[in-house]
Amino acid sequence: MRKLLMIMMLCVPSLVWSATEINWDMEAFDPNLKDKPSLQNGMRLYVNFCLGCHSLKFQRYERTVDFLGIPHEVALENLVFSDQKIGDLITTAMSPEGAKAWFGATPPDLTQVAKTRGGEWIYNYLKTFYSDPARPLGVNNKVFPNVGMPNVLAGLQGVQVEACVQRPKIAENGGEMRDPLIPGLAITEEKCGELVVEDGTGLYSAQEFDDAIYDLTNFLYYVAEPTRLERHRTGVFVILFLIILGCFTYLLNREYWKDVH
Amino acid sequence: MKPSNTQESKFTKSMAWLDARFPATETFEYHMSRYYAPKNFNFFYYFGILATVMLVNQLVTGIWLTMNYVPTGAGAFASVEFIMRDVEYGWLLRYLHSTGASFFFIVVYLHMYRALMYGSYRGPRELLWLIGMAIFVALMAEGFFGYLLPWGNMSYWGAQVIVSLVGAIPYIGPDLMEWVRGDFLMSEATLNRFFALHVIALPLVLVMLVFVHFVALHHVGSNNPDGIDIKKTKDSNGVPLDGIPFHPYYTVHDIHALVVFFIIFLGFVFFAPEGWGYFLEKPNFEMADPLKTPEHIAPVWYYTPFYSMLRAATYPLFGVPAKFWGFVVMVGAIIIPAVLPWLDRSPVRSMRYKGMWSKVMLGQFVVSFFILGYLGTKGPTDVRTAAAQFFTMTYFAYFVLMPWYTRIEKCKPEPDRVTAR
Repeated sequence: MRKLLMIMMLCVPSLVWSATEINWDMEAFDPNLKDKPSLQNGMRLYVNFCLGCHSLKFQRYERTVDFLGIPHEVALENLVFSDQKIGDLITTAMSPEGAKAWFGATPPDLTQVAKTRGGEWIYNYLKTFYSDPARPLGVNNKVFPNVGMPNVLAGLQGVQVEACVQRPKIAENGGEMRDPLIPGLAITEEKCGELVVEDGTGLYSAQEFDDAIYDLTNFLYYVAEPTRLERHRTGVFVILFLIILGCFTYLLNREYWKDVH
Repeated sequence: MKPSNTQESKFTKSMAWLDARFPATETFEYHMSRYYAPKNFNFFYYFGILATVMLVNQLVTGIWLTMNYVPTGAGAFASVEFIMRDVEYGWLLRYLHSTGASFFFIVVYLHMYRALMYGSYRGPRELLWLIGMAIFVALMAEGFFGYLLPWGNMSYWGAQVIVSLVGAIPYIGPDLMEWVRGDFLMSEATLNRFFALHVIALPLVLVMLVFVHFVALHHVGSNNPDGIDIKKTKDSNGVPLDGIPFHPYYTVHDIHALVVFFIIFLGFVFFAPEGWGYFLEKPNFEMADPLKTPEHIAPVWYYTPFYSMLRAATYPLFGVPAKFWGFVVMVGAIIIPAVLPWLDRSPVRSMRYKGMWSKVMLGQFVVSFFILGYLGTKGPTDVRTAAAQFFTMTYFAYFVLMPWYTRIEKCKPEPDRVTAR
């Protein structure tokens, strides 16, 4: 009986887990690997805010900064905080055992997170932390409910809380409803569970924070497959070559087959 | 002065020297320049040569991947990422191999469909067909073993699901499963043996079988879309009137087809190597974790029709669990095409001259195959399982009912000479 109870207790969190589906209107994320300043800022944010816990252990500093256009000396000075060399893998100093004790789970390696979760997920996840006193660390997340991660970006974003706000009412045809008497005035309705940042609590403005999260997500998108641009560039030449070659092989084939009936 | 003449005589002399010691010219003539293939080959006849090219692609890229791959539990996943990031053109080799596996199966399935359509399995090509079936089974095993090697989470759990089927065999199952895995769970021991089978044993088997497939084909001669025997009508030199030397006619033909195929294949390699999650599955970008099962386990797309049939068996029979019967159904579905030469009782070979029933049955077979494939990529629900059961029946109906529907239907008369493509 006690065993059965134990099993049932163990099952509870997993049941809660499966019941909580993402119920959040995801904002679109459109990566841009040619935007070097964005990627550089993304790396700066990553090593300052994320690398303390999350490694990028399949990726090397050297390849990353070479792609991002950061000189090695500058990188070693500003982006490599341990005594690692430029050719080393981007590992974290945190011990997995310690992390498990402190957060309940080892923070995952994020080299491929943009592949497993997708850029859009990361972008929205990082923006939707909010105060929730019921959680052990005081924060919860809209995209990843009951996540074990603290809100490390709170200093930049400020204190975000759940609130009821007035939002334009959406008509049946999908457009925002306007007041028929006062031109341009939107008809609003109260929506609860929306996220609002308390004024003056963060270092960044809302726009600056959005840009920072874009850069960070863009950087993770790059790290997930650093050879993506090279792949596209090479691909264009290969396909063009094959199309030209195809014209000649077509003519060769036609020449041989013209007498066959 | 005639330099071209002296050059030619030099060449002739060295060929004579070679031919006295090795059947070089003889082999070339037998298999290429005097191998008379029907002149009415159509689109579907490209896939044999394309499959051969894909085999070579897998072998060559595989050799280079092996140079940097580390077959250990701790190192496998990291070594694949090393190849993707740090090895020069490693990403290209890896994608050529992983996307190549999917394209290998696409061309092989189309190659097999061609045989179903034009009756290429019928006598005197029964043995050719059986060798082909052996290649197909070996290829499925090769793909299965290879899929574990990146040691991603889907690799791990996919292999776990398939290996656990062995455990469903009554009496000997559990012990047999332990023997197959080499451990009490999927582990480095399993990875090592899968690696050995993937890079040495099965490639050897495949290459030998493909060679034998060619030898058998060139002995009996190629079938064609009309399904008629071109050797029946020959000219005074014994050359089939509807035949045409494979070289140069079909070599130039195939070279062009190859270029077109490579535009598509490399288009995927360079611009969509993951095939939207169908060629490389998302959970496989995470390292294997025995404690973390992916949300739903689905094999790569080329196994999903058979995986669907495996899951379709839900009733335990004779005190043996349903899982075992699923295994039986799956294996049955894979190998049942082998008996086609003896199921088809039609007086004609090609679908062009067969009756209504054959066309309907082949059509529904293709539809069933696609629907089963789709269902295999999705998690099971009651409706999906019922659908999978229904289409498993229709899949097998194509084979089981063949002796009847090929006999009762009214066929069109075959022409004496080949017609259009």
